[in-house]
Amino acid sequence: MATANNTDQKLQSYELMIIFTPVLADEDFKNAQTKYTDLVTNNGGSIVATEPIGLRNLAYPIAKKTTGLYWLMEYQAPTALNHTLEVQMGRDENIIRQMITRLDKHAVAYNDRRRKGIKLEHTPKRAAEEVETEENA
Amino acid sequence: MAKQNDIKYLSSARVDHRQKKYCRFKKLGIKYIDYKDADFLKKFLNEQGKMLPRRISGNSLKYQRKVAQAIKKARQMALLPYVTDLMK
Repeated sequence: MATANNTDQKLQSYELMIIFTPVLADEDFKNAQTKYTDLVTNNGGSIVATEPIGLRNLAYPIAKKTTGLYWLMEYQAPTALNHTLEVQMGRDENIIRQMITRLDKHAVAYNDRRRKGIKLEHTPKRAAEEVETEENA
Repeated sequence: MAKQNDIKYLSSARVDHRQKKYCRFKKLGIKYIDYKDADFLKKFLNEQGKMLPRRISGNSLKYQRKVAQAIKKARQMALLPYVTDLMK
């Protein structure tokens, strides 16, 4: 069916957050990042943005570790890609936790604003107000 | 009669009207609640890290559900604790 084909080809927005082990060297951290970005681009997806958040305290210990290296990737991909990503991440011993989140259009817009550094509590209205006050000051 | 009118004012009418609660997401036009923003989500948690009920936070049902989802995701990624004492 034509409609089925269309939905297959349509890319969906996702966000991947990975916590790597804190003992990872800088170079290994970068290699791991390229590994997953390549995996997405080589399988018909496209990267929207990546953000290495870096070392952060965990709210509770995971695998006897109290800190973790956080890494964030926003990408567009066909749905089948997520399974291969998850298999690869499950085999990766450097990863202590990972999560893929599906993003709706509001989430994509929010992430876009966040990346541009607009400080706001999730709000389009507040953003407009802040811009106004900055101009006045 | 004057006496009847006096009795009326013996018990003072309560005038302190509590301000009505509102859903901040509806009022401010927030469409997406980010699980990565742990400080924002902490507004909806008590000191033990439990989520506040709607009757206290004032959230509409639609956004209370979204807040719940975001908090659960944040907990999974160790951005928020599952259980704690004296969080704030």
